[in-house]
This record gives sequence, C-alpha cells and structure tokens, in this order.
Amino acid sequence: MSIIHIDGREFTANPQDNLLQVCLSHGFDLPYFCWHPALGSVGACRQCAVRQYANPEDKTGRIVMACMTPATDNTRISIIDPEATGFRANVIEWLMTNHPHDCPVCEEGGECHLQDMTVMTGHTYRRYRFTKRTHRNQYLGPFIKHEMNRCIACYRCVRFYRDYAGGADLDVQASHNNVYFGRDADGVLENPFSGNLVEVCPTGVFTDKTLSAAYNRKWDMRSVPSVCVHCGVGCNTSVSERGGAVRRILNRFNGAVNGYFLCDRGRFGYGFANNPNRERAPAIRPRGGAARKATKAETLAELAKLPGADGTIIGIGSPRASLEANFALRTLVGAEAFYAGVSAPESRCLAIVVAGLQSGNVKTPTLREMEAADAVLVLGEDISNTAPRIALALRQAVRGRSIEIADRLKIAHWQDAAVRTAAPDAHSPLFVVSPAATGLDDIAAATCRAAPDDIARLGAAIRHAIDHTEPAVEGLSEALQALATRIAEALAAAKRPLIVSGCGLGSEAVLHAACAIAEALSNPERVPGLVLAVPECNSLGLALMQSGSIEGAIGAVTSGGAATVIVLENDLYRRAERQAVDALFKAATTIIALDHVPTETMAKADIALPAANFAESDGTLVNGEGRAQRSFQGVFPNDDVQASWMWLRDIAAAQGREFAWQSLDDVVRSLAAAIPAFAKIAQATPPGSFRIAGSRIRTQPHRYSGRTAVDANRTVHEPRAAIAEESPFSNTMEGYYGPMPASLIPFFWAPGWNSGQSLNKFQDEVGGALRGGDPGVRLLEPDGTHAHPTEATPPAAFERSFGRWLVIPRDRLFGSEELSAMAPAIAERIEPPSLSLNPEDARSLNLRSGDAIQAGFGAKLVQLTLTVAPELPSGVATMSAGLPKQDWLALPGWATLSRAEPVP
Amino acid sequence: MLSSIRTLWYTFLHLFHRSETVQYPEEMPYLAPRYRGRIILSRDPDGEERCVSCYLCAVACPVDCISLQKTEEDGRWYPEWFRINFSRCIFCGFCEEACPTYAIQLTPDFEMSEYERHNLIYEKEDLLISGTGKYPDYSFYRVAGLAIPGKDKGDAERERPPVDRHGLLP
Repeated sequence: MSIIHIDGREFTANPQDNLLQVCLSHGFDLPYFCWHPALGSVGACRQCAVRQYANPEDKTGRIVMACMTPATDNTRISIIDPEATGFRANVIEWLMTNHPHDCPVCEEGGECHLQDMTVMTGHTYRRYRFTKRTHRNQYLGPFIKHEMNRCIACYRCVRFYRDYAGGADLDVQASHNNVYFGRDADGVLENPFSGNLVEVCPTGVFTDKTLSAAYNRKWDMRSVPSVCVHCGVGCNTSVSERGGAVRRILNRFNGAVNGYFLCDRGRFGYGFANNPNRERAPAIRPRGGAARKATKAETLAELAKLPGADGTIIGIGSPRASLEANFALRTLVGAEAFYAGVSAPESRCLAIVVAGLQSGNVKTPTLREMEAADAVLVLGEDISNTAPRIALALRQAVRGRSIEIADRLKIAHWQDAAVRTAAPDAHSPLFVVSPAATGLDDIAAATCRAAPDDIARLGAAIRHAIDHTEPAVEGLSEALQALATRIAEALAAAKRPLIVSGCGLGSEAVLHAACAIAEALSNPERVPGLVLAVPECNSLGLALMQSGSIEGAIGAVTSGGAATVIVLENDLYRRAERQAVDALFKAATTIIALDHVPTETMAKADIALPAANFAESDGTLVNGEGRAQRSFQGVFPNDDVQASWMWLRDIAAAQGREFAWQSLDDVVRSLAAAIPAFAKIAQATPPGSFRIAGSRIRTQPHRYSGRTAVDANRTVHEPRAAIAEESPFSNTMEGYYGPMPASLIPFFWAPGWNSGQSLNKFQDEVGGALRGGDPGVRLLEPDGTHAHPTEATPPAAFERSFGRWLVIPRDRLFGSEELSAMAPAIAERIEPPSLSLNPEDARSLNLRSGDAIQAGFGAKLVQLTLTVAPELPSGVATMSAGLPKQDWLALPGWATLSRAEPVP
Repeated sequence: MLSSIRTLWYTFLHLFHRSETVQYPEEMPYLAPRYRGRIILSRDPDGEERCVSCYLCAVACPVDCISLQKTEEDGRWYPEWFRINFSRCIFCGFCEEACPTYAIQLTPDFEMSEYERHNLIYEKEDLLISGTGKYPDYSFYRVAGLAIPGKDKGDAERERPPVDRHGLLP
C-alpha cells in the first residue's frame, strides 16, 4: 500500500494502480475517455490531467495524465488545481469542435459519457466557429449502428475489438483529426462480442440497433437485475422495459462472472420476449378439435380434474425454466414422476459435470480466475459457440505470458500499449483439441482435430504423461503421443492450469478424460481449474434435482403407466426424436404445456398455459459454475400471463391441495428444505421483504417521464402501477436508490454519471468486485467426499466406417439456442443448416461445397447444405445442431451421406 | 378613523379609473405571442415535422403529461405517436424551453375547456400544425450531422465534405 496525497488529503492506494484508478476508487470525479478498467491506459485522450508535485515544498508542480502515472508512495497531486481544471476543459473543448449537433437524435443521449464529461468540466458554450469534419457511416449488421461523425478518437473500440476480443474486421483508418473507426467495407461485424462496442464507446458512434428500433432514453426505462438465459455461463444483465416490452439488455457487472462484457447472443437475444405471435391467454384444445381461448377460471376448473400425484401424472421440467418453476412441478407431480426434460445422453453428461464440480482437489474457477490461468487445455468443447463469454476469458488468460514479461521489464499492467508491445507474440500455452475448427484456434499453441473417442484417448494419454501411474494409451500415433507429452508438460509446469471441456460433443468419455486430467494435475500445492460448460441457463440446476430423462418420461407414458403429462417451458420436439414425441402425444390422454414462446409442443397440447418469460417473472438460475443467481421481474403483463410456478400452485389449489406458497421466497424456502444441494440458495439475493430505510429499491430512474400521458389514450384515470407484493423492488420511480446489495442493482447511475461508467461508484475499487461482494452464491464446492468421475480405460480408437460417417453436433452462436433464435436481430444472423466434411470425403461423394446433401440416420433423412472443412478428420462429419426447424437427432450418430435430390 | 376615511377616499377615486373588465368572449383580450397557452408541434421551413422525438420535453415536464415514441424513416427521427394530457398540463412552458428543435411551442390560445377529461388528451394529429410557429427560419437537420434524404454528410451548415478514409494526408 502506498500513501498518496490528493488535494492535501491522504489516501491509501495500491502502488500497482495508476492515479486515475486511485482517484476514481476514492470517489473523485476525474474525467477520462480512453482509459477503461478492463482495457487499461493508453493516454490517447489527454483528459484526466492532474497537477503532480514532487514534494511538500514543491508549489509549482507539473501537469501529468493521471491514467499514465503510477500511484507510487508519497505522490502528491491536485485535481482542483486551476491550471489542471482549465487543461481538462480545453481538451473537452477541442474534442467537441468536430462533434456534431446531434444529441437530440443520438441513441447515446442521456447515457453518454462524453455528455457527462463535458458537463463535468464545465464546457457549456461552443466558441469554435469554423467547419466540422464529417464521415460517411457503414452498415455493420443487425446489431450495431454506426455514426462516425460523433467520434472523439479515444481508440477504445479497436482496443476492445482487436486487442481484447481478438476481432480482425474493425480497425482505424486515415490520420489525425480524420481517423476513422470502421470496417474495410460495409458488412456485418464478425466478432461475437461486437455488441460491447455500444458500452465501450464513450459516445454515440456505436449504438444498439435493436434499441434504436423502439427507442427510449435511459431515464424512461424501468430496469431490473437479470441473468442471461441464452447459455450456461449465467452472465448478469440489466433488462430495460417500457410499454410492456423489453427494450434492451445491458451488461450488469459481476466481477466473478461476466465482468464488463457480454456476448452478442446474450445482448441481442431478448427479442423473443416481445414476440407478437405468442399466446397470452390459456387455450383448451379438445382432441380432434380446434383450440379455443379460455379464461383463467375456466382453465383452472378444467385442470382441477387432473389426478393428484398418484403415478398417473408425470411432469417434464426444463433446463431453460427457473429452479422455482421446476421445483413447483416436481412438487405437484411428486419427485418420482418428475423428469428433467433433457435427453438421456445429456443427462449423463450433466451428472459427470455435477460430480466434477464437487470432487477432489479441483476447483471450478470463476471467469475472473479463468483469466488468470497460465496454461489452458480445451478438450472437445467448441467453447466460443457454446459458452462464448468463457472463450473471451480464455483469450485474456493467454496474455499471461506477455504480462509476465512486462513484469520482468517493470511495466505496470495498466500500461496497455506497452504491455502489448513488449511481447506481442508471447502467449501462455492454450491447446485446443476438438473435431472441428474453433474460435480460439488463432491463439492456440497447438490444435488437434480428432473424433470424440480419439479426443478422450488423447486426454488419457495426457493424463498418463502427467502421472505415469495412470494407464498408458495403446496404439496412439507418434505425433499424437508427442502432442500429449507437450500438453502434459505445459500443464504440469503451470501454476494455475485450467482444463476446459463441456457437454457440447455429447461425449461422456471426453468429460471423463477432462476430469481425469484435472485430477492428475492436482497436488497439495496446486489446485487446477476445471471448467465443464453446460448447454443451457439452468442445465446444472436441473441436474442437481437428479431426475429422469425425457426418454424415461416417454417410456412412462407409452408403457401405459401415466396418462397425464405436464410439460414445463419445454419444446419436446427439440429434446427427442419426432416419432417418440408423437407417440407420447398419442399415448397420453391429457397434455398440459406451459410456455412463453410459440412452440410445436404448445401448439399440440390439450391445454396450453401462457407462462411468463425471464423478464416477466422472478426466478433463480444455476450456471455452469454452480452459482445460483436471481433474476427479477421487469415486465408486468396485465393479462393471464404469470410465472410457471404460480400456474402450478394454482393447479394444486384448484385440486384442493395447498402448497401454501404466497411468494417466490416461500418456494425457495421449500426448495432449500427439500433438496440438500439447494440449501444455500436463499443466500443468492436478499428476500422479498428486503427494504432499505423502509423503502423498496426503485426500478425507474428519478427522471422517468410520461406517467400521466402514456396510458391516457386508454384511460385518463392513471392506473396504479403493478405492485409485486413480495419484492425488494418498487416498480416505479418512488423508492430508494443508492448503495445497495450487489444482486439488487437495477441499473447503474450516479449523480453526474448518467452513462454505464457510473459503475465505478458501485465497486470496491474500479475494476474490482461490486461493493458487498459479487452477486450469486456457489452451491457446490469440492468437499473431498466425492470421487472424481473417471473411467479406468479410455475408449477404443475411432475407426471410420466406409459408407457411413460419424456425425457430430456443432453448436452455433446464433441459432442453436432456442430462445435467442426467435429474436429478430439474431434470426438475421442465422445461417442455414449445414453439414461439413473434409475435402477428400466430399470428393468421394462427388460433392462440392454448397451442394445439397442428404444424411440418413436410419429411416430419418435430413437435407442440408454441404460445407467443406479441411481440418475435419476423415470419416467424421459435423452438423449444425438445434437450429430453428431442425429436428432433434441423436448426435453424435452414424449416418449415410449422399447427394440430395433437388427439391422441386 | 383616519384610516377608514382614507380607504373610502381611495375607493371613491376608483370611480374615475378606466374599467379593466373585458366583455369576454364578445371582446377578445390581447395575448402576447409568447403567451403560454395550448401547445402545438410545428414544422420546419421545408414543411417537415420539426419534432425529432428526443424525449427532452417529456423529461422536462414537471407533471409528466407528455409521452411519445420515437420512430425513424431514412435516418430522420419522428415521433410515432405524441400525446399530451392537457388535463394535467400546467402550461409552465418547460417543454418549449427544453426543445432543441423549436418543435414544441406554446401558443396564445387558452380556449380548450372540455366537459370530458378524455377530450383533453391531444394526439400528434391534434398537435401538429402546418407552419413554423414563432421561429420561421430554424431547421434542426440543417445544423445536425445526420444524413437525411436531400442532405448528405457534409451538406449541413459549417461542415466539410466527408473525409476520404483511405487517405493519410494531413
């Protein structure tokens, strides 16, 4: 710790930090543009000038840039010094000379860092009377709007896009006042993290196109803390609502999970929540008849006839529904009759993940800890498509080596340009072993392409190379043996090795191998990291309930055991073979479906109930790390739409069974009592009765406008705002806003800081954890009692079968996740289903890239477009999985391939 | 005693003052152009809507009686709908002061009483007039940096032509 003097007062500081960080951490308002807590300093904008004095006697001092000056002991600076203040005002005035007269028609207005800093420095009147430079804009795809005139050349966009996220198609062009940040030509920004430009850009050059389509200012939107539902990472988001529709998703900082950044699927996937085709009233569909809309009372009267938990009724849960909804269904039908709603292979993979999280001397790291890993092995998971935010964390981990070199050269970590220049090519080792190319190949020390079983064998060989007491793998090629030794050496030499795998390949052998390597690496001095990515937002929570798979559910009905099925927020046609689901629909006498999106299951159900989506209900999700996090209701429907657990409670009440659940907290309490794995779940967030000084936390900013006019076309009587009885939030502009528990921060704002940069005011120190600890509670920690899920013998080597190909599922960032695929902006980015082969295999079929190809899985024929992927192993094909209108297939699976007859 | 007499005297003097009573509505009072009465939305000199849907009037309104929704056509921002609840309006004129485009203006008209409150809800078609109101010359898009049909980048006042981003010359 060093002591620094700011305007004559003493403060403690970390000598590793720069002065700007220290000033902001201690609550000073010092303007800045180019510095970003995650991107470091480059000293490009000259905005954070302060006066530094050499010693107590020095009265003259000199102007320095706070972001480029280390906080060494006994530093004396002045922020309020008139010359420094004048300097900052002049810099803003220069930046503003070319800034257009655009604020009224700029999406950033009202949450613009440039506006805030301009006001902060007191620049209120433009003295510049000459001409302004202008730029032409580019089309950057369905997510991002480009308005280059507004640029102040802080370089944050390219530093994030190129240096941090590894993008290549955005760069700086031209020179001096004319610098231009854009692509070579118009086109979609390719990097999966492009949406962060909206938040990284301090002004309105890059803005959210989906927000602009139905635009509102930040002050006019109700925001609530939420958790992303589009993959298993569980990034924290802030959902903004107005007029009953979700208007946008912003990143909500969680130091342990997503930090400052979200992926594009999470940011722009919310569009499904505003689907106009969604049923908003219960529908009853008599067998063989047309569906009719019913009232809630009528529907519940119908549902009262359902059998109790007597074995003739089963429930199918969902990995995309909240824990509370799944638990309510489990309580309604009985634990024995509750099925998880995922396929058996996926269930088995998830069981390995759960065991992996609990066992041995191995830790599942947070994303922040992943960024500190010094050697990484990605085994069989296409992490940049299944859990993109983890891939971004691994990209930072690879920088570890260059930071070590910078340390040796005594370069501070925040000296971004210097650190990157000192050792631009020094990467910590990252190995990617996968069937097909991944988004991390460009930073990998070595890549290896193999079939799933061969990946598991390579994993076993790595384990053997780390720990020779483990069995060796027979029949491995010399090259693979050498690679295994190389990976093993790199991992064994590392202080914080990290193994990344997941359920993406659907291969238990690969997961076992990953766990085994992590176990082999662990020793008393070293706790290796093990990340096992899960497919969906609540996959792990559902796995912790330890219930049967969808095949079990189908079996229970088709065998005649059960006749009534309740399907919770799940499209069965995405989970099992069409034939089997059709058989289920035929065998069951009544099928009740609850969902918030129009699915085939909802369309065919005998009774379809309109459930609430993530924005319309409170709920807890468990991410792949085992962290339980709560998301809150921001949209208040004024019709029959209600949370699934409420529907299920109402069904029980109609049947004369009392669950005695009034609020979500009651469900949470029952859940914690019923299943030991969830004992800690109530710690995820304060209860609904939480108040600060007797007040609820307000979700609308104090400037929220139009209260007496927005509904006036319907009624002039100004209906009362919807009140969630048991909630820490007030839903209106009345209530408390100030220091509050991290899991309840609805949006970031501080006086003078209208932009998202106000986050600084909510952190312990800038870039650190939120005050009071990062949100969420870890449910699982290694407890030493669980054995590692490993298999003694690796599987046999993959052998190609002539005339048949092993088809491996390939997740896509855009399209493979069910909900986001229904968002219009994401739908624009979904490419048609395709199957990839290596060039020789394609030639053997006499097919070329772009040809239509037919894959035969037994009797089931699928038509796709062929793409040629040179890296694929021979005899292996990859196939896009889970795209809209793509039927579920048992993948990986064997298929015959042939030229498809052109569809007339 | 003296005070009472003085009061009577002043009252008596009032007999000789000019009457301030106006026989409204037969006789209309003079209202200055800056009088704060019924609110209108004006058009720019080219006849296009001036309102760019920036939401500043709504946020400035102390009784929150203005609500609108932005939409966009060819890069030009418009209100999709614009609603003022005159049963709540206090005619303070803050909206006019906040408006960066001179779109929203208060007029010297106060004759808008209704028997039904819902008749005091004015929608965009009730508010939008065909003229420029008090500011005949101002057009926001002539000074703003956005490109709209008929005004490309660099065509606004005090703008240089767009930069050639492939050039490195100073």
